[in-house]
Amino acid sequence: MSTTTKPIKTSSRPGRTLAIMGLILLSMTGLVFLQDSKSLQLGLDLRGGTSVTLQPRIAPGQEGSVTSEAIDQAVSIIRQRVDSLGVVESEVTAQGSGTNRQIVISVPGDTGRRVVDLVGQTAELRFRQVLASGSGVPATGDAGATPAAGVSAADNAKFAALDCTKPENLQGNGADDATAVLVACDRAGGTKYILAPAEVLGRQISKASAGLDPQAGSAWFVSLTFDNEGTSAFGALTARVTSLPEPTNQVAIVLDGLVVSSPRINEAIPSGSAQITGSFTQLEAQDLANVLKYGALPLAFDRGEVQLVSPTLGAAQLNAGVLAAGLGMLLVVIFTLLYYRALGLVTVGSLAVAAIMLYTLILLMGQWVGFTLTLAGIAGAITAIGVTADSFIVYFERVKDEMREGRSLRTAAETGWVRARRTILIADFVSLIAAVLLYIFSVGGVRGFAFTLGLTTIIDLIIIFLFTKPALVLISRSKFFNSGHPLSGFSPKSLGLVIAKEA
Amino acid sequence: MSKFSGLGGRLYRGETSVDFIGRRRRWYALSGFFVLLSIGALAVQGLTLGIEFKGGSSFTVNTPNPSVALAREAVAEAGLQSEGIVQLVGNDKVRVQTPALERALNNAIQDALAAKFSVSASTIDVQIIGPSWGKEITRKALYGLFGFLLVVMIYLAMALEPKMAIAAIVAVVHDVLITVGIYALVGFDVTPATIIGFLTILGYSLYDTVVVFDRVRDNTKAISAASTKTYSQAVNLAVNQTIVRSANTSIVAILPVAAILFVGAGLLGAGTLKDLSLSLFIGLIVGTYSSIFIAPAVLTELREKEPAMQALAKRVEARGTTAATTSTAGVTPVAAVNGRGPRNQPKRKGRK
Repeated sequence: MSTTTKPIKTSSRPGRTLAIMGLILLSMTGLVFLQDSKSLQLGLDLRGGTSVTLQPRIAPGQEGSVTSEAIDQAVSIIRQRVDSLGVVESEVTAQGSGTNRQIVISVPGDTGRRVVDLVGQTAELRFRQVLASGSGVPATGDAGATPAAGVSAADNAKFAALDCTKPENLQGNGADDATAVLVACDRAGGTKYILAPAEVLGRQISKASAGLDPQAGSAWFVSLTFDNEGTSAFGALTARVTSLPEPTNQVAIVLDGLVVSSPRINEAIPSGSAQITGSFTQLEAQDLANVLKYGALPLAFDRGEVQLVSPTLGAAQLNAGVLAAGLGMLLVVIFTLLYYRALGLVTVGSLAVAAIMLYTLILLMGQWVGFTLTLAGIAGAITAIGVTADSFIVYFERVKDEMREGRSLRTAAETGWVRARRTILIADFVSLIAAVLLYIFSVGGVRGFAFTLGLTTIIDLIIIFLFTKPALVLISRSKFFNSGHPLSGFSPKSLGLVIAKEA
Repeated sequence: MSKFSGLGGRLYRGETSVDFIGRRRRWYALSGFFVLLSIGALAVQGLTLGIEFKGGSSFTVNTPNPSVALAREAVAEAGLQSEGIVQLVGNDKVRVQTPALERALNNAIQDALAAKFSVSASTIDVQIIGPSWGKEITRKALYGLFGFLLVVMIYLAMALEPKMAIAAIVAVVHDVLITVGIYALVGFDVTPATIIGFLTILGYSLYDTVVVFDRVRDNTKAISAASTKTYSQAVNLAVNQTIVRSANTSIVAILPVAAILFVGAGLLGAGTLKDLSLSLFIGLIVGTYSSIFIAPAVLTELREKEPAMQALAKRVEARGTTAATTSTAGVTPVAAVNGRGPRNQPKRKGRK
């Protein structure tokens, strides 16, 4: 019960604790310079740009449910489309968990409408016969002069001029016409194709999976099964092309206007179940299987929220955020200095250390996990000034209580800490739960609020343990604070001890 | 200030005591009135939802000469049949809000506005919300709310006491109800930022309640053995002891939020900052009230029903010591500084 003296003695090495704190700060700032992450990653609402939040749904007329793999696939399709714009620092992320995710696209600058148009289309999977193929660079001289059978001169010229190394040509847009000839690149941009009109559709696939051939050792393959319509269409297609010369005996699997794979057809496949073999790694096989599965049940994208922020508004919001932060900090500093007098300096120091720590952490997070600071994030940080200062107040008031019990400041700084520590831990933990749940259950910009709120709660714990407490212990040894000077914040009057003495 | 600090000392020793617990019926009545008013306002008026919940488009033109008439012309020329809301924001912006539109119409309005005000289309701030988006975020917010209440209840039951967890949650639900009620009554716009504010209040309100309850637990640890105070009296002392702290933490929490509100509403007009800070501001005030007046009272209600606590109350009454235990109405300065002061408080032994 009252084994209070022992742990207090051992825990009281304020100088050393403060040194550890200093070391942490120093190494964090060192990291910032080492990693060269000196500039803040600002969100689009602070610097202008377009953000679109998409809600994936099953395409109209389809039955089934959204799967987690389908969303992964959708994210990579959308990413391919956005990357084709060639805007640096574009971002495509999925937010949320499982099948309940949103796809968030952010593109800085004023590409606005193009982004919005680009990302909303449903991506379709189609099987098309290859009519011609070649290396992905534009043909020089008359290499592409002779049109392959069934290809118009216009398509052939387009094919010859196509440069698959340019990002805009790797743009899937869901707009390829199933009934027309398609000139397209493969996903990596290494090969280009002229493709016949689609004969089998992705929706006619009923099953697809990656497997390992037990006989051939490490040979991965992809097997797929078609539904009734698909079986007859695919049977007819394979029967026709299997005897044709290269490359017209290949069938390209085209997703979102880009060729994913173009296997050669070795034989007619009337049964409706096929195998794609080749020198697949496990990953490649699974990727292809996922593409096929996605094609079987393509997702439509509802534009949940579209925001086009002009650079003017961005700058105004950034200024407002910085101003609010400064003002909030100032008000808290004034209040604590008025109320706690010189003791308030410990609070001011703690808040300053917290601010430095938060700033460096945001810089580092920007580098490590691509964290961008949004207006909501700034609001979270400002709100957290309150949480941080709350902990100091809980501690200081507890120390005052201890002094009212007749203890000296020196002892009270330790005994008060033991009690305040538990209160602070429980209260901060509740704040942390709130921040984590807010983060999980919020979408888009407001997530930044939860993130910085949680981050600052953790910083608050570090600061109070490693800075505020040792700092108070240190000053509790000084004459000024022990003298009960009216400005120290520990005068008998401010503790309300005067009445007791008189009586 | 120092006068106030001196009050802290008197409150701590129980020399000055405000009877929060004994008059809990009064606070229940007050809160009950506000909760009923809130429910009534919600039922009759409902919440004013922002376009994020209804779906729709918003276009803000940044121009030195904003004009509502010009904006209306542009919208009409773009071919919008239904009525849009056109308003001035500050003195250099004009905002057009429309119901959910076809994508082509959105583009047409943006272009028409750009042409009318002779600005580039890319300087217009556009926000387009799909019609089903509101359902999505409402669902997520509700998940967040219930998830939070559940996790916190379990955590507080473990960290403090199960009945404290229940009392804390009652207080939190009370805070959210009243805050939402104020929104319905005044007709403030509800946006996703507002919802985030609501959810943050939960954490804040609990922070204050935890501070009070932690002291209650300290004060009541050895209460049965000592038989000097009833549970209600011990809780009341705890509330009095922590009231200066609660006041300070609340002020310190409200100050930065007020700064955001001032900057957000005053300088930016509408937007994330204003919506977030307004709901925080209202919620913080309600939360402070409930952590002092409602949460400890509900806790007392729950604990005083226990046979052990009723037996304790009988023993305390039987002792008939009036000096430190009777809580007469209002502020009671106790002149005598006798041995029964705080220095001998038995419950403080439970220190680690």
